[in-house]
Amino acid sequence: MTVEVDLRLSKGDFRLDTAFEVPASGFSALFGPSGCGKTTLLRAIAGLERHAEGSVRVGEQQWQDEQQALATHQRPVGFVFQHPALFSHLDVQANLRFGMQRRRRDDNALAFDQVVDLLGLGTMLGRRVPGLSGGERQRAAIAQVLLSNPRLLLMDEPLSALDQTSRSVLLPYLDQMQRQLAIPVLYVTHALDEVARLADHLVLLNEGRVVTSGPINELLTRLDLPMAHGRNAESVIHAAVYSQDDVDQLTELDFSGGRLWVPRVDLPVGTGVRLRIRARDVSLALQPLSGTSILNSFPVVVDEIDDDGPAQVVVRLRAGDQSLLTRVTRRSQRALEIEPGKALHAQVKSVALLA
Amino acid sequence: MSGEWLSPGDLQALWLTLRLAAFTTLLLLIFGTPLAWWLARSHSRWRAPVEALVALPLVLPPTVLGFYLLLAMGPQGPLAGLSLAFTFTGLLLGSMVYSLPFVVQPLRDAFAAIGEQPLESAACLGATPFERFRHVVLPMARPGYVTAAVLGFAHTLGEFGVVLMIGGNIPGETRVLSIAVYEHVEALDYANAHSLSAGLLLLSFVLLLLVYTSRVRRRHAV
Repeated sequence: MTVEVDLRLSKGDFRLDTAFEVPASGFSALFGPSGCGKTTLLRAIAGLERHAEGSVRVGEQQWQDEQQALATHQRPVGFVFQHPALFSHLDVQANLRFGMQRRRRDDNALAFDQVVDLLGLGTMLGRRVPGLSGGERQRAAIAQVLLSNPRLLLMDEPLSALDQTSRSVLLPYLDQMQRQLAIPVLYVTHALDEVARLADHLVLLNEGRVVTSGPINELLTRLDLPMAHGRNAESVIHAAVYSQDDVDQLTELDFSGGRLWVPRVDLPVGTGVRLRIRARDVSLALQPLSGTSILNSFPVVVDEIDDDGPAQVVVRLRAGDQSLLTRVTRRSQRALEIEPGKALHAQVKSVALLA
Repeated sequence: MSGEWLSPGDLQALWLTLRLAAFTTLLLLIFGTPLAWWLARSHSRWRAPVEALVALPLVLPPTVLGFYLLLAMGPQGPLAGLSLAFTFTGLLLGSMVYSLPFVVQPLRDAFAAIGEQPLESAACLGATPFERFRHVVLPMARPGYVTAAVLGFAHTLGEFGVVLMIGGNIPGETRVLSIAVYEHVEALDYANAHSLSAGLLLLSFVLLLLVYTSRVRRRHAV
């Protein structure tokens, strides 16, 4: 089951011509610079851009094809806007009910209490919209949309209009949704850290076109794409909780390339987690090092190398079936004879647990 | 002068005026809604001319308006067949033209203030166009409707020039308050002119007070 989008639209000088396919579950990020047409694309999928032509298919439902297009209210879509769109004449509870009332409830429909819990709205239900903070509004707006029982959730930079504090409050709720929601989510953003944290799948956009799309880590570590070359180049590793060390307050994680220690997280053994490893936190050695404060070290094989400025190269490494990036100087490259196929040891200075 | 506050003739004029104002307001709210909606949201090149046309009664002397209405309703006019001149229906039609901007403009502003997003959001939540109007537009534009209703009503109460031209002075049919006051003054019956005028003044003041207090309350509600 997939979500298939093939849409064309002209707006003045701007042309949108995009075709992509993402899995019908999990978070898929639509990622690209400002003005590349992310928002327009999302609006066209919802049927809000009247002149968009092409086709939209969500699972078995055809929302639009070359002959006809369903009106927005006929598409079981959920749209979370950049600026939360609650109805100011209703209180929070009535806003949530508005979402519930319009569409048929079926087995997939989330219960009212479930959504209220998921987004932490218990104490807000009786409040009026004008009294809510930006972050509270966005949470209520997301709940309203979830309660309308959508088949596809569209989120248009839901964090970008919020201040740093509200953002860090809202992010854990998005993590929760990431883990618990069964419906596919198309998440528009131009922030790479949100992509790494939330997305399972990535659709890369530029100037109204799809550059490429694929699983998140595959794209983050592709050396022909810009993400691998930025200062914040990073990779996402899927791991599982393996053991807890109560004495040192550490948690041991297991992934296909080895084991990693991180500051203790209170999750049961076996729980799946996402890790982010930045290219600049990874160094390479010919042998496993002793006498170092770095806890995490595992064997890797060099996969591919690409130029990264005059003095450095960026290297993609394989550890088990997962990829990560590092950047080394050309001098080190020569000294260690780093070339594709070479077996080395990676030391990782810092691992961030994402969700 | 009789012992009562208003003579039977004046009472009849008052009742007629209230009826005229009520019907005018009601019809304008009904027909003004789609017009105001169109003015608030259309990008058509006809929008500016239509807007100017709607605003004309604000600047034209009522007698000019009445004169053309009279021509239209007269034996050679396009509306001759309806025999509207000097009837309540004709007066109603004239009042609707005369009070049009007072109803349409507040509605237009209220619709424009809602913006695109609540409607798009409602559509994404599965609301049909009718449901969007009924459950989003109407409640959000309610202050605009209150203002439009009160202004339309109050403005029709004070109508004079148009009535003079197309209504004349037929008791129970077209003799409204303002005409009655004028008659009393003409007849040097200042006492009756006074009680009618004071009544109208008070009524208008109360109506406007209603609009402005509801506005202040709304501002403080937030």
